[in-house]
Amino acid sequence: MTSSAFHENLIETARLIRCHSIASIYTATSGHPGGSLSAADLLSYLYTHEIGDEIPQDDDLKRNRFVLSKGHACPALYGALAVKGHIGLDEPLKLRKLGSRMQGHPHVGALAHVEASTGSLGQGFSAALGMALGIRHQGGDGRVYVMLGDGEMQEGQVWEAAQCAAHYKLDSLTAVLDYNKMQSDDLNANIIGLEPLADKWRAFGWHVVEIDGHDFAAISAAFKEAKSTTGKPTLVLAHTLKGKGVSFMENYPTWHGSVTMSLDDTEKSLIDLGVSKSDVPGWLDGTIHEGSTQ
Amino acid sequence: MSNAPQLIGSSGDSLREAFGKALVSLADEFPNLVVLDADVAGGTGAHNFRTSHGDRFFQFGIAEQNMVSAAGGMAATGLIPVVTTFAVFALRALEQTRLSVAYAERNVKIVASHPGLDVGPDGASAQCLEDLAAFRAIPNMTVISPADQIETELATRAIVEHVGPVYMRTGRSPTPRIFGADHTFQIGKGQIVRDGADVTIVACGVQVARSLDAAKILDGEGISARVVNMATIKPLDHDLLQRCANETGCMVTAEDHNIFGGLGGAVTESLAQHTPCPVEFIAVNDRFGQSGEPDELVQLYNLGSVHIADAARRAIKRK
Repeated sequence: MTSSAFHENLIETARLIRCHSIASIYTATSGHPGGSLSAADLLSYLYTHEIGDEIPQDDDLKRNRFVLSKGHACPALYGALAVKGHIGLDEPLKLRKLGSRMQGHPHVGALAHVEASTGSLGQGFSAALGMALGIRHQGGDGRVYVMLGDGEMQEGQVWEAAQCAAHYKLDSLTAVLDYNKMQSDDLNANIIGLEPLADKWRAFGWHVVEIDGHDFAAISAAFKEAKSTTGKPTLVLAHTLKGKGVSFMENYPTWHGSVTMSLDDTEKSLIDLGVSKSDVPGWLDGTIHEGSTQ
Repeated sequence: MSNAPQLIGSSGDSLREAFGKALVSLADEFPNLVVLDADVAGGTGAHNFRTSHGDRFFQFGIAEQNMVSAAGGMAATGLIPVVTTFAVFALRALEQTRLSVAYAERNVKIVASHPGLDVGPDGASAQCLEDLAAFRAIPNMTVISPADQIETELATRAIVEHVGPVYMRTGRSPTPRIFGADHTFQIGKGQIVRDGADVTIVACGVQVARSLDAAKILDGEGISARVVNMATIKPLDHDLLQRCANETGCMVTAEDHNIFGGLGGAVTESLAQHTPCPVEFIAVNDRFGQSGEPDELVQLYNLGSVHIADAARRAIKRK
């Protein structure tokens, strides 16, 4: 694959993840668009280059694993799974519906490709740490990736786990921070300030790579650096834009938490994401898709 | 030669030590078994495993929330993590148990020492009187409280063989031996450890021995008391309870736990639904504990054999 094709594939995957996120949150009538859109590029990279296509098995210690610790961004995760063909292209539209695998927060018991039940911040990070420890203990070489939100940094458990991972020199563990600077109610800085965040993680014994979380060249380089870093876990501190890709959501406070999206807003969002107006109804009833990248 | 201080309370006759030794004996048979500790291995019995199988012992430091969620992750790689801590600190990670272990159906065993007033001198902060109620309220959890050293050893094997999340409380203080080498243990099954016709005393943990003493007191008065060891609080042995209710007509529950939501709560939920009968509760009456020797606390908080015998008389009068 040429360099430009490499990027085009990632860009298109991310665009489709965003479309799935918007369409599913619309049909669910609730969900968190801002943090799903900010995470889409990072998920596009992880599900294209780091996470394999196999059905996850617990005792497979060779495969890489991904845990979405910021579980409320699962519309983006389900979107990534749909784009990569792990679930049906119309399945994300069942988000938050009774009996569906698309639970309102990811659940291992509902969907095989979910590695940890999350939705209570901090816990997915520890679960990922446990996976990395367990894999290494049994001689496996699988890597574990875990995505955290910035609001999540306020949970004490995150720092318990950060300290523990550094103590165990868990270089097979890579945390990705979707640092969009906003949490449910307001800017991080107005809730409980997080800075100097990179310094805190370094002080906790982590290797920190600070990047633009929407720049695929930087994302790719960061994960390569994480893989070549030995003796300590790596944090990819990815600066992102909440609501990225939908003009009226980008950095606009209303779209941070769980919302009900109007048909009008949904249509505008999908059009912003490159969907033609005539294709919008098909995205919302599952009859038209622009195809997966498979 | 330095004189190292003696470790307080590491009694060879406590349930926690029986648990720690049982872990060591299971290590070869269960190569996937690993033990997690939050800097209290000396007190939970886990120090035995640390000494014998240091490469399978994971220190998490004083950070129980991370330890419990990480145990869920370790189980997701095929290991059988046994999380060891004090009961109050297990309570601290209750929500982690709920989401990362029970909801995710991870094969994690949480084994907590230092439950109840049996903790003694450390006082109320360490005397966990709420664990049975709290862990019982979580779906998918099995909740166990063995009565003596032999049963603790058998229960340790049983929870490791069982696939699924378990909470088990052991005990801090030296505990009388009740059972012989022929004792058996099965998750979900209670046992009649002394037969009787007038009243059934249903007990768990350290209260089984006191209930047997109470039955002896009652025997001297011509009252025939049956004693049931209900080592599994969840899933509860409903069949045995119904049988005992039908055959003896009244009950007493006895536990080293708050009066709400523990063994007494579980037993009466079952009886109310299937075979209503008079029930008296021996438990801590919705108070916190305090420092003191376990025997002193048992008297002060009305958990002793004489209190159990009194409760039996009251229950019989209500028939």
